[in-house]
Amino acid sequence: MVAADRTPGRLKVFIGMAAGVGKTYRMLLEGHAEQEAGRDVVIGLLETHGRDETARVAEGLPIIARRRVRYRETVLEEMDLPAILARAPELCLIDELAHTNVPGTEHAKRHEDIEAVLAAGIDVLSTLNVQHLESLNDHITELSGVRVRETIPDAILARADEVVLIDLTPEALIERLRAGKIYRSDRIDAALNNFFKIENLSALREVALRQVAEEVGAKRLTTELMGSRQESLAADAPHAVGERLLALVEPYPGAQRLVRRAWRSAQRLGAGLDLLWVRPPGKELSDDEHRSLAALRQLASVLGARMIEDESDDLTAEIVEVAQRRGSTYILIGRSRPARGLARLRVPLPQRLMQRLPGVDVRIVADRSHRSNGESGEAI
Amino acid sequence: MNVGLVIAIACAGALLGIAAGYWLPPHGRVPARNQPSGTRRILLPFTGEAISRRSFEAAVRLAKAEDATIMPAFLAQVPMNLPLETPLPVQCARGMPLLEAIEQRATSQGVPVDSRVGRGRSARDALRKLIEQEHFDRIIVSADEDPRVGLSYEDLRWMLDRVPAEIMILRPAPQDTRRISTEAVRGHF
Repeated sequence: MVAADRTPGRLKVFIGMAAGVGKTYRMLLEGHAEQEAGRDVVIGLLETHGRDETARVAEGLPIIARRRVRYRETVLEEMDLPAILARAPELCLIDELAHTNVPGTEHAKRHEDIEAVLAAGIDVLSTLNVQHLESLNDHITELSGVRVRETIPDAILARADEVVLIDLTPEALIERLRAGKIYRSDRIDAALNNFFKIENLSALREVALRQVAEEVGAKRLTTELMGSRQESLAADAPHAVGERLLALVEPYPGAQRLVRRAWRSAQRLGAGLDLLWVRPPGKELSDDEHRSLAALRQLASVLGARMIEDESDDLTAEIVEVAQRRGSTYILIGRSRPARGLARLRVPLPQRLMQRLPGVDVRIVADRSHRSNGESGEAI
Repeated sequence: MNVGLVIAIACAGALLGIAAGYWLPPHGRVPARNQPSGTRRILLPFTGEAISRRSFEAAVRLAKAEDATIMPAFLAQVPMNLPLETPLPVQCARGMPLLEAIEQRATSQGVPVDSRVGRGRSARDALRKLIEQEHFDRIIVSADEDPRVGLSYEDLRWMLDRVPAEIMILRPAPQDTRRISTEAVRGHF
């Protein structure tokens, strides 16, 4: 179907915090601009959700009709992928990147359809709400109380050549909702009482802004490092421009404090958090250490941190390897145990890490419990 | 004096020095951090943003008297529509500072602390899972109708029926509203 030597199309994604911010509208405007510039533009799939202004701005752009698909005695409409590939435009507008297709079509998910369109050398503009990103889904569900079932792997967004954030203040979005520009009048009250609350939208907006900031950073880095487009789109490329913290832990009670402090720092930076325990080869754990390790794993899971447990007798080399692999920008370590014997002559771990990981901040987390204790801070 | 004897004495002295340096902890440093196995544990569970000051003080007094470790435990609740393993950053934003505050206060009074986080469909479910995984000698809870402060009366009744440990339920006097909250964290956290 697709020539192997064909240059893949370019993917541009318009991302927003919620429905109604204007992603589809903006996509259509850009389609018009491309058409006026002389390119062959078609709409492969458009969801107006009954919004008049969206339908109006689509006028003048050719639309590839949807096909009808029978599923369980019902006829449903889906994007016509074969028709798009046969039409072979230069640019195709495909709304709702995270959509799940009706069973019986070529692919289970729309992003897979889009991959096929791109592989055919056709550029694509598409739209996405931030809560559809797999890695953010749980976080956003906890924030908003609403579970989004249609998700896409983050690698799809990482694969995009350009990501454009469509931003709107929560107040402006709610105003649009009240004016009937997002949902029909019979759905407005329910929306206002559930998803469209100021606190929900503010949190979602922050997540969307951070996500796009990370995307931009990662792309700039991978382009500089890799050069070629194919290489730069590797899904597992470290996001080294975005901050990433690595906390070094051991199974003992004090490690929990280090993890909590690392998590708070990660929250402030909008960064990911990894925990690393380098286990000496053959080390047998005591009962207390087993319990502490289980508690650390539980804490990591609740906080959304990744717990890495590696076995090595070269602590520094292992930390360096993990930090480079994970794209860590900060390393947090607790207070060292006192060195004994000849170990006192060795260069301390923080200095060794700074020598071998230039550009990575190394932070020693203080044990604040040993500071002088005042009675201030008690809440009455 | 025989030169060989001098060299032998010097070598023996050096070896003794190295051995002493290896085995003795350095001056001015804290000793090894490990708690002896079999330490008594006092569980101090909480669900919200504050715990009663009375409960905390009782835990500290008992821990000092019994040379025990306090285990403050934040009980996080996972909504039914989410997997049980879901990260809970919003709840943790409330629970972690309180864990930190409790740990700071207890350790500054010389009481060792070993924190825990329990996760379940409800506070009771989280507590049940925690008790299945860990051994406690005592549990100290405050009876308070404010769900931000403690477990409900039903949870307390369940504990008395089902939990195989000494349970101390404290109900502060109505006028005693002192609590340790997330605001008690000292320094940057």
